[in-house]
Amino acid sequence: MLLEIADLQVHYGKIEAIKGLSLQVDEGEIVTLIGSNGAGKTTTLKTISGLRRPTAGSIVFDGQDITKLAGHRRVQLGLCQAPEGRGIFPGMTVLENLEMGAYIRGKPPAADLDRAFSLFPRLAERRRQQGGTLSGGEQQMLAIGRALMAHPKLLLLDEPSMGLAPLIVTQIFAILREINNSGTTILLVEQNASSALQLSDRAYLLETGRVVMSGAAHDLLYEPAVRDAYLGAAPQPEERTDTS
Amino acid sequence: MHAFVTQFWPSTIDGLTIGSIYGLIALGYTLVYGVLRLINFAHSEVFMVGTFASLFTLHGLGITHAETGFALVGVLILMGLAGMAGSGITAVVLERVAYRPLRKRGSSRLAALISAIGASFFLQEVFALRYGRDLLSFPPLMNKTVLFHIGSGQVRADKVLVVVAALVMALALDRFVNGSRLGRGVRATAQDPDTAVLMGVNIDRIVMITFLVGGMMAGVAAMLYGNYFELTQYNVGFLLGIKAFTAAVLGGIGNIRGALLGGLTLGLIENYGGSVFGAQWKDVIAFTVLVLVLMVRPTGLLGEKLTRARA
Ligand SMILES: Nc1ncnc2c1ncn2[C@@H]1O[C@H](COP(=O)(O)OP(=O)(O)O)[C@@H](O)[C@H]1O
Ligand SMILES: [Mg+2]
Repeated sequence: MLLEIADLQVHYGKIEAIKGLSLQVDEGEIVTLIGSNGAGKTTTLKTISGLRRPTAGSIVFDGQDITKLAGHRRVQLGLCQAPEGRGIFPGMTVLENLEMGAYIRGKPPAADLDRAFSLFPRLAERRRQQGGTLSGGEQQMLAIGRALMAHPKLLLLDEPSMGLAPLIVTQIFAILREINNSGTTILLVEQNASSALQLSDRAYLLETGRVVMSGAAHDLLYEPAVRDAYLGAAPQPEERTDTS
Repeated sequence: MHAFVTQFWPSTIDGLTIGSIYGLIALGYTLVYGVLRLINFAHSEVFMVGTFASLFTLHGLGITHAETGFALVGVLILMGLAGMAGSGITAVVLERVAYRPLRKRGSSRLAALISAIGASFFLQEVFALRYGRDLLSFPPLMNKTVLFHIGSGQVRADKVLVVVAALVMALALDRFVNGSRLGRGVRATAQDPDTAVLMGVNIDRIVMITFLVGGMMAGVAAMLYGNYFELTQYNVGFLLGIKAFTAAVLGGIGNIRGALLGGLTLGLIENYGGSVFGAQWKDVIAFTVLVLVLMVRPTGLLGEKLTRARA
């Protein structure tokens, strides 16, 4: 098990945002957390990354209990997140943003930059442009490329499709598949449940800080409760991407 | 207006000299504000400690008359190092004792501000009780040689030293912030602290380095001030600190190049103004500038560059 969260509770002041959440991510998987606005998805990812302290529960990553470990140390263990809203450093160039991804390793080797630029050729064209002036889709690509620069064992992604045109979302999800195929485990948070479930191996459905359903992503995709609440229309079988 | 014309070159030279000192101190305000969004009101005392450290170095070396040549250079370097150490260490301790505990508890910015003012009084009183409340004079270290004239203005060696040293330090700081890995960590923390953590940046370490570097800049300013004015006092930082803060706001608080530009601009404005209205009006002019900038253009001349992310 690469990531194992048990009975996690997280509070904002007196408000309990996560109410005893358990989940696992196995090496090589793509796991999705779906749920509507305010369900606690972002809080979960922030707690995994160490931006928030849980009030109870434990987080074990790669065999090590990291519940109390400082956030920046978790990156060294192989956890890296592309946060909600992308978190691009607006006053840094695309290149500098990518270099920030490799901060823990000092100056990144050219091969790493080449990899990011080959995954996202758009970034190569804009390498000298300030991060704050990129389009939403480009910023998302930069956020993912930057997170990869840390060589994570587990890549955390918080709503990479947020605010993006469907065509860009399709592109980004295809690249996530490619990243996973080359050996990076992914924990994905999405409101865009349909695309996310089609990409993932397994999924957890969150409601008000609790897991209310979990299982193979394929099963959740055809679960009536999920379909009604999160998918709108049922996907047609021919729309499904090949997840083999 | 006639005085403005006749005094133009002397005012310019004096304005650039004092402006360089404002600029160096302003760098500390701007760096800390950029990273923590905190006005470190005790930064004026960080500077004050640097002047005492410089003075004690001269006492320790037994300097009683002006030096020349290599001896002068050596003493100036030692004085600068002592100023940087005194101010840098003070700034780091200040952060640990007065700010970090509040930051860890998620206290409001107002709490940090009050803590800053408390720390400022504390340091002033400690130095007043230990070294008295009177002006302390520096032994004359450097001959005030006139190197050349520009119009009616005399370009003196000690003034040239101030301006050149300030420019060199500001350039070095710019290189550090924009060219080094740690500097990139400083910028990342200023622009988006949460994302910086996600990239593996140790925020506590960056904050410490920010205070250290800002303190060291104030330490260099302290050495230059001591060498130029040959005086210090427990409250020497008070007026200078507010002026430097004005310079930081004028240049665009959070903006490193702006701090130096703001310092030089403020120095020139108050000296040109002083030549017209009389030197006793300099402080009034400086604070009028502060009020006007805050009213008309609160982002300053160059804007909040370091911190653009969190306006
Ligand atoms: N900074 C905060 N302060 C107080 N409450 C918060 C904060 N961030 C999130 N919450 C609350 O925690 C709950 C979960 O939020 P979040 O994790 O952002 O949900 P999601 O990402 O699933 O939309 C919500 O009820 C939200 O209002
Ligand atoms: Mg969210």
